[in-house]
Amino acid sequence: MSTPASTVAPAVSETTDPGRVEKPQKKALTERARAERKLGWMLCAPAALVMLAVTAYPILNAIWLSLQKSDLRFPGQSEFIGLDNYVTVLSSSLWWTDVWHTVVLTVISVAIELVLGMLLALAMHRAIFGRGLIRTSALIPYGIVTVVAAFAWRLAFSDADGGFMPGVLRSVGLLGAETDPLAQTSTFSTYVVAILAEVWKTTPFMALLLLAGLALVSDELHEAAKVDGATTWQRFWRITIPLMKPAILVALLFRTLDAFRIFDTVFVLSNNGSNRSVETVSVLGYNTLLSRLNLGLGSAVSVLIFLCVVLIAAMFVKGLGTNLAQQRGE
Amino acid sequence: MSIVASTVLALSACGSDDTAGGGPAELQFWAYNEPSGAFRTAAEKCTADSGGRYRIAFQPLANDADTQRQSLVRRLAAKDSSIDIMSMDVVWTAEFAEAGWVAPFPDDLARQVKAESLAGPYDTGTYQDKLYAVPANSNTQLLWYRKSLVEGEPPKTWDALIDAAEKLPKAGRIEIQGAAYEGMTVWFNALVESAGGKILESPQQVGLDSAAAVKAVDVIARLANSQAADPSLSSQKEDQNRIAFESGAAAFQVNYPFIYPSAAEVGEDFQGDIGWAPYPAVEEGKPVKAPIGGFNFGVGAYSKHPKEAFDAAICLRNEENQKVAAAEGGLPPTIAKVYEDEKFRKDYPFADLIRKQIEDAGVRPETPAYADVSLAIATTLSPPGRVKGQAAVDELKQKIQDALTSKGLL
Repeated sequence: MSTPASTVAPAVSETTDPGRVEKPQKKALTERARAERKLGWMLCAPAALVMLAVTAYPILNAIWLSLQKSDLRFPGQSEFIGLDNYVTVLSSSLWWTDVWHTVVLTVISVAIELVLGMLLALAMHRAIFGRGLIRTSALIPYGIVTVVAAFAWRLAFSDADGGFMPGVLRSVGLLGAETDPLAQTSTFSTYVVAILAEVWKTTPFMALLLLAGLALVSDELHEAAKVDGATTWQRFWRITIPLMKPAILVALLFRTLDAFRIFDTVFVLSNNGSNRSVETVSVLGYNTLLSRLNLGLGSAVSVLIFLCVVLIAAMFVKGLGTNLAQQRGE
Repeated sequence: MSIVASTVLALSACGSDDTAGGGPAELQFWAYNEPSGAFRTAAEKCTADSGGRYRIAFQPLANDADTQRQSLVRRLAAKDSSIDIMSMDVVWTAEFAEAGWVAPFPDDLARQVKAESLAGPYDTGTYQDKLYAVPANSNTQLLWYRKSLVEGEPPKTWDALIDAAEKLPKAGRIEIQGAAYEGMTVWFNALVESAGGKILESPQQVGLDSAAAVKAVDVIARLANSQAADPSLSSQKEDQNRIAFESGAAAFQVNYPFIYPSAAEVGEDFQGDIGWAPYPAVEEGKPVKAPIGGFNFGVGAYSKHPKEAFDAAICLRNEENQKVAAAEGGLPPTIAKVYEDEKFRKDYPFADLIRKQIEDAGVRPETPAYADVSLAIATTLSPPGRVKGQAAVDELKQKIQDALTSKGLL
């Protein structure tokens, strides 16, 4: 996401600066600039076209579908019904239950990831021996396909699938003899496992983004503070954190957006979507679109998820002043 | 541009399985990856028997019915011509036929199939008097129990079954499908039908006449809240029931006969200890309407080789292949003659009971909106321990009504 911003900025300053310095040559240079710009457009046109074809078209199509009564099984009955699908979704208690599930999963898992990610980043930053090895091995969970990782968690924790964890938890008294941690009735433990799986999987990603931010904090500042008698704790809160704020906000933004759209982990842990105690909005959209083939309602759900994501991004960028461009060059 | 061009090339390369050269027609057979490999074996045999007319390539689908359907309908809705033959759950016929995704069988083939098949399974393949999918195997659930643990006659009704299980000093559990998926609908439908009701009066009209529906809900609630319920009940599907039963945790299991050949892998002794009884009744004396399931083979409406595909579909479910599927996969045959076969009766000691149940079965509702109706039922009745009589029935009626008109979120 930071790439377009970082490439546009220098290009603008290059074309305007020489123009201001030497006025007589302005015309020739702008012509050259114009030619360059044209070439630039032509060079990126194929990429832009492909992007439009694979992103803009599906998004617009989804918005169009969400305004229709449209069901793949009854193609003859399609008609334009305005905002009816949105009224149906927004007045359904199921939608709001699923939004709640999603928010709980997002907030808790991102919060834990931030703390653990920061610790991991500090460790990686300070590591003297085997830096490369530590950074690579920390990334392993992130490199595992989410569905595969989710299955590993399910097969470990589900009593119905013969997992070993229920036995372990029972032997230390954390789980009742008659409870399956991933059954429909065990909402709390299903949440816990889903959050653990998410945290385990994406903390390395968070740590890497934070590590980039840590690199911004110069050692001189720390040394100066040390001389002034600041404790480690004070240096962390007063120097490291404020200087890292842009990196932290960007990391939080990326992870929150990802977490809000959580699908694979929840889908697998909930027995292919059949355990609804932690069903998220993405799973709801999937069920409506792919099981029921109800393109109208399903698209309305998808568009609403899209709007939620836009809202979250806007809150971060406008409300908290997250600056995506600051991430460049790190 | 070159990216677009190469993508288009790659895509068209995938789709070009034309056999213009006059070689055997390439037929894609999308089917449940039946664990014993019976469907795959059938595909190989029919290819060999076709004398070079066609070659059947087996494309395995997922394990549970919901996922299989998703894989198929996604392709069919996009008019995918690579679906020549597919294994269809018996409840999909109306939906697939109404949407125009399956081609009806020619009359002469349909007559031949009708003559040799059992009536119940044959009807599941028809929609508006046309045969859309040939019955390949039927299925029904029996009450399985451990002879060494259960004394005397096995229980005949649900109430008696729960009582009996609760009284057992150990392994007093009943394994049954309680997750929010198709299996829940199967259970509920069998209960409603056995209590004398119907889920749908017609493809467009909700049934669930109160007394029978409430009785059905009560059985589910009682079992789920009893000592006999598996702690994992609310997330169990058929295979998880089988595993729990094989681990010795349960004396009873309500499940399909695939568990019987599978038990042989645990040990001869274990298999020998398994007894079977008819599907439990809701009330003593009332006729039992056991579930009927199974697969039919349909021919994709967009297939490029429909003629060969029809013949291949007929071959895939012929007598010989059904015997293999029964012996190795425990799948009940649909061809009447197979039930007389000596070898089959030896491998399948419960053949007569299965045949009787299939003939008197309680068929699940027939409607093009079946998937929605089933989802409405499964989600309303979940988790099974929290459903309550009349309230659950009222909610069900409302949700099924919505489902029939493809309204509302489910």
